[in-house]
Amino acid sequence: MAIFRVSGAMASSDQSENKLALLRSRRNVRRLALFYFHTLIKKHMTFQTDTKRIVRWGLINFYRNKVVSLASILMMTVTLMVIGIVIFLNAILGFSLAQVSSKVDVNVYFYPNVATAQVQQVQVMLQQLPSVASVQYVSQDQALANFEAKHQDDYLTLQALDELGTNPLGATLNIQAKEAGQYQAIADTLNQNTSLMTGSNPIIQKVNYSENAEIITRLTNIMHSAESLGIAISVFFVLISILITFNTIRLAIYMARDEITNMRMVGAENKYIQGPFMIEGVLYGIISAILSLIIFYPVMFWLTKTTQTFFGGLSLLQYYANNFFQIAIILLVAGILVGLISAWLAIRKYLKK
Amino acid sequence: MIRFENVTKYYTDQDLSVENVNLSIHAGEFVSVVGHSGAGKTTLIRLLLGEIKPSSGNIWFDDFDVDALKRSELPMYRRRIGVVFQDFRLLPNRTAFENVAFAMEAAGKSDDEIVSDVPHALELVGLGHKARSFPNEMSGGERQRLAIARAIINQPEVILADEPTGNLDPRAAQEIVDILKKINDLGTTVVLTTHNKGIVDSLGKRVITIEKGRIIRDDKIGRYHHGEQM
Repeated sequence: MAIFRVSGAMASSDQSENKLALLRSRRNVRRLALFYFHTLIKKHMTFQTDTKRIVRWGLINFYRNKVVSLASILMMTVTLMVIGIVIFLNAILGFSLAQVSSKVDVNVYFYPNVATAQVQQVQVMLQQLPSVASVQYVSQDQALANFEAKHQDDYLTLQALDELGTNPLGATLNIQAKEAGQYQAIADTLNQNTSLMTGSNPIIQKVNYSENAEIITRLTNIMHSAESLGIAISVFFVLISILITFNTIRLAIYMARDEITNMRMVGAENKYIQGPFMIEGVLYGIISAILSLIIFYPVMFWLTKTTQTFFGGLSLLQYYANNFFQIAIILLVAGILVGLISAWLAIRKYLKK
Repeated sequence: MIRFENVTKYYTDQDLSVENVNLSIHAGEFVSVVGHSGAGKTTLIRLLLGEIKPSSGNIWFDDFDVDALKRSELPMYRRRIGVVFQDFRLLPNRTAFENVAFAMEAAGKSDDEIVSDVPHALELVGLGHKARSFPNEMSGGERQRLAIARAIINQPEVILADEPTGNLDPRAAQEIVDILKKINDLGTTVVLTTHNKGIVDSLGKRVITIEKGRIIRDDKIGRYHHGEQM
């Protein structure tokens, strides 16, 4: 009702009617749109000039405060290199653990009279288990060859084998689980499976899990604690180096505190004072990231040459080359974030008053 | 244009304070505020800038209460006032040109305006040839003139000069005062605090004398008076 009354009142005056008609006219709509567009452009332009000036002053300050910039970059390079070293250490640790766990397996020994097809049936069954990584089939002949190779200096044994005339060894399946903790379950499955019979005779002679059980669990524990220790140490070192970088940048801004007060006195807005410092922080981050990426190259080259055998064949240089982009992005993002946040936190103090 | 109403300011140490100050300054005036060091001259300036808040009383600039300004409104307010300090307060890493340009950039002026206005301001204070010098390459008098150029660049309504001659030799000091007079002649209100007797006496303008935080004299055409001459 109220709306009706208002429009009625407006309609009573000719002028209002004209105005309404004008407003509705296409030309006016276009004019309004243009006005709106202009304010938008103006806002956009001030934002653009502000950003341009902030970036420009960030670069100029960076260049004019050479010593401070250099000190900050060196500190930040150390931080980023610590982060990089943590990445490499994790790679080494992961590689070594993978090496160790690949040496662990469970062997299933079949009776010699079991048909190959039956063994392969079991192999297929095992491969379908979600916890199994791989199953390697060793045929009777291969098993014999392995045995002979192992005992090639043991004349007596070889002679006894010859006397037998037939192959006394059964086929073997070597099972690798995806995780060390899963071997128990796999062994249990094999022991409890009653279908693994030929008539009333079992086809599996022996599953050697129980013999290795203790070593396997111990290894599993060591792996897990090595991993958590690695993470704890990484976090600790990364935190410390970030703190040191933060302090360096804070010191740089502390030296400029009078300048900040002067800028405020002239009537500069906070973003205008803060911006160039944050650009400088970003610049520190980018340059430090590039610097550490460059430094890592000869270091990895040298490390690979001297330690390849020690780390079980892991080529750090190869690893660095293969993962270069991921490492570069991690270091760049870390550097930019540390620089930006440090500058922002450090300068906030002087803008509060 | 500027009005102090019963303004009192105590610092925590109780020493530096102003007490019950009533004062009004009109547009276009040239006012000297004189008194010994620690009499409260600088406190008045800082109160007017909104840098510190009065313990009681109100400060009016035109028709708004300076004390009631929000922190986000202070930059806008300060662009209407040009300030010159005893210790210059220039930006050490910027050239003379850039120091003046900074005030314009902060006020959101366009690059074209900056390029055309800054040289004029530098010329006005006699630093046209020093545009590319850094503050540490300039003499005290030159630095203060640069600070004045920065203060006037945005055409403020008021120039506050807090002991601008305090660190300068008499000749440089006279140059500064001459420039301030010139600015005043062009229509800008000037508030000058000083304890330089020669300057005040030569000006022949309004003089407000402060002692121990109180206004003890306010003369239309004043001279420098010592406290005991009451």
